[in-house]
Amino acid sequence: MAIKRRTFLKLLGIGSISTVSVAGLGNLLSQAEVKAVEHKAPEGALKAQRWGMVIDVKKCIEAGSDCMNNCPAIQACHSTHNVPNIPDKKKEIKWIWSDSFEHAFPELRDERVMEHLSKFPFLLLCNHCDNPPCVRVCPTKATFKRSDGIIMMDFHRCIGCRFCMAGCPYGSRSFNWIDPRPYISKVNPEFPTRTPGVVEKCLFCYQRLDEGKLPACVEACTAKALLFGDLNDPNSEVRQILKERFAIRRKVELGTNPSVYYVI
Amino acid sequence: MLEYALKGTKKYWLWVFFLAILILIGFSFYYQQLEVGLGITGMSRDVSWAFYIANFTFLVGIAASAVTIVLPYYWHNHKVYGKMTLVGEFLAVAAITMCLLFVVIDMGQPMRVFNVIRYPTPNSILFYDVIVLNGYLILNLICAWTVLHSYYKGVAYPSWLKPVIFLAIMWAPLIHIVTAFIYQGLPGRHYWLTAIMAPKFLASAFCSGPALLVILASLLKKVANFDIGDKAFETLGKTVTYFYLVFIGFYLFEVFTVFYSNIPGHKAPFQYLFIGFEGHAEWVPFMWTAVVLALIALILLINPATRKKETTLVLACLAVFFSAYIEKGIGLITGGFTPNAFETVTPYRPTFPEAMITLGVWATGFLVLTILYKLVLEVERRKNLAVKLQKN
Amino acid sequence: MYNTNKVIIGIIVFIIFFAMPFWLNFGKVEALPKPELPKEEKKCIEDTDYMKAYHMKFLDEWRKTKVREGKVNYINNEGKIYKMSLQRTCMKCHDNKEKFCDRCHKNLVVQPDCWKCHLAPEEVKKWQ
Repeated sequence: MAIKRRTFLKLLGIGSISTVSVAGLGNLLSQAEVKAVEHKAPEGALKAQRWGMVIDVKKCIEAGSDCMNNCPAIQACHSTHNVPNIPDKKKEIKWIWSDSFEHAFPELRDERVMEHLSKFPFLLLCNHCDNPPCVRVCPTKATFKRSDGIIMMDFHRCIGCRFCMAGCPYGSRSFNWIDPRPYISKVNPEFPTRTPGVVEKCLFCYQRLDEGKLPACVEACTAKALLFGDLNDPNSEVRQILKERFAIRRKVELGTNPSVYYVI
Repeated sequence: MLEYALKGTKKYWLWVFFLAILILIGFSFYYQQLEVGLGITGMSRDVSWAFYIANFTFLVGIAASAVTIVLPYYWHNHKVYGKMTLVGEFLAVAAITMCLLFVVIDMGQPMRVFNVIRYPTPNSILFYDVIVLNGYLILNLICAWTVLHSYYKGVAYPSWLKPVIFLAIMWAPLIHIVTAFIYQGLPGRHYWLTAIMAPKFLASAFCSGPALLVILASLLKKVANFDIGDKAFETLGKTVTYFYLVFIGFYLFEVFTVFYSNIPGHKAPFQYLFIGFEGHAEWVPFMWTAVVLALIALILLINPATRKKETTLVLACLAVFFSAYIEKGIGLITGGFTPNAFETVTPYRPTFPEAMITLGVWATGFLVLTILYKLVLEVERRKNLAVKLQKN
Repeated sequence: MYNTNKVIIGIIVFIIFFAMPFWLNFGKVEALPKPELPKEEKKCIEDTDYMKAYHMKFLDEWRKTKVREGKVNYINNEGKIYKMSLQRTCMKCHDNKEKFCDRCHKNLVVQPDCWKCHLAPEEVKKWQ
């Protein structure tokens, strides 16, 4: 025998330990920063360095309760992406939805402040964080950050471990507990549905951006309360409104650096 | 050696048959879960991990606790644990088997499990968990099997095993630390975001694991005439006592920090678990049961007279085991997800299929344990027989 | 050999069990599957032979480059540009999954999981 069992086992031990420690060291050095996947926008697509959204809650109020109760933005998003309408709240799937101030900003809850703010509806969606915890924890890179700031989902690769749902501090992610198809009232033949056992969320309409179109919710909003653009471009529409108005983001203290702003 | 598992008394086969039935029932419900999806469980958009992952976490602790036997025996040459080491190591093997089953069962797309290896992602803690758990399973199997085989052959175990045993000893705390890191590194989950999570995990593991060993050893003494010796019981009792005290201490430190700092988000999970939050109090009776069990255990363990008596020690260990199971198994996960990101409560209760699948996994673990213990007992019995024959 | 009889019986049972599909389908030879090709289009994105042999790898490549690399267009060996999309490109010509995909797949007992998410044209009709 050319190699003794003892030597072999030693080598095996040294090999596995060094593999683990190199991986661990690499992780430590990268400080759990998530690297973005290089994205080059195809021809004819809308381009940005960092996509972001500004939601003007005042415009929602001005549009009236009818608009708020049947928000066209929510409907457009959910019908474009074949998001099912599951009545059981526990199994519900939502990409964009409306909630109250005290739920959207629980740490800012204050009775006196709420006298004014609780009448506003807050549209909640994936924040497409600059430092996304969901991407950091995903064990298969099924969810990843693109260099244009979009947090993508690869439904083909998702193993359904739901680590990302535990990691997301905004409750933006939904899991397909059951087959969603029976709960889709009208299907969009251009977009797939999902299979049971994968996680889904808002994708900033990457497929519409590729075609040079704005996200479905932005386009559908009749009150023009949703603005979409490049947060890194000082001349963009989103930056213009942020220069003039008071804006807040959800749970900034967690260091996730969300790309969705609410102007009040 | 494995053929020893195929020859047994009627009682042995009845027990194996009983476990097999539980496994089959669990499997039939799991088949339903594969068809329908995880929707047959009580989990929801807000409580997206629950009973399966809770059991997984608890069992990682049980597996890691083998080190409390193996370390004194191999490192400090603590001969009292001579008969106990194999029992401890094989318990680790069974516990890790259950852990791996629970992880796969909790996945939405179990067919894609190898994506974790196909696309290794070092920034995910789960990646390391896969490495340490599988590594620990292999290390324990190698150690226990080789030692048992050498004993069976009547020779000393080979010298190459020593470094492997030491590696297994150092590996054991790692599995629980990495598992704690899964939880404690998440922003926005107040109940988990605490540096004491990993030490708390280890402390609760090192008391609940030896407690289970005491229970198992006392059972083996009754049904299989396999006595680990009074000294071993006594030492195990001490291990359970000290680590239980450390664990209770850690938990109370946490309670102090949360309530004295008075930060609402950090208080909320504790309130939900112990007194109820916004009208929801689903787990309050369970958490107080754990508290009562903890008090009983403390009284029985701290008092030397009751700790040294086997019956009261077993009672104390049962109390330790179940209080730890409630705290880590149920409180930890639901507490982490409740209240949710919007500070509201979505109650979680396991469903019947979920409970049956869980039971099926436990039965699988006990079947693995039974077979491995059968080998140990049979080898031991034959040794004793040979010794007797020689004497005559 | 020990237990010769038992071993031989074991081997026989093993062979019978593993050859099960063969026994079950014995004498039931079906005609080779004939997938229905689109009537208007004469040529697929690449050569028919290539598509026949490699369509699965081809689609796998598409889904990788589309979702993960963000690319949209596929250029075939004649320089023609196609949008990479199963629903919006492939199934526009092959407008019946059952008559095209399933005929071969069923025969070969392969079950691609594309259609658990992606919508086949006939599936879409169910909603209308």
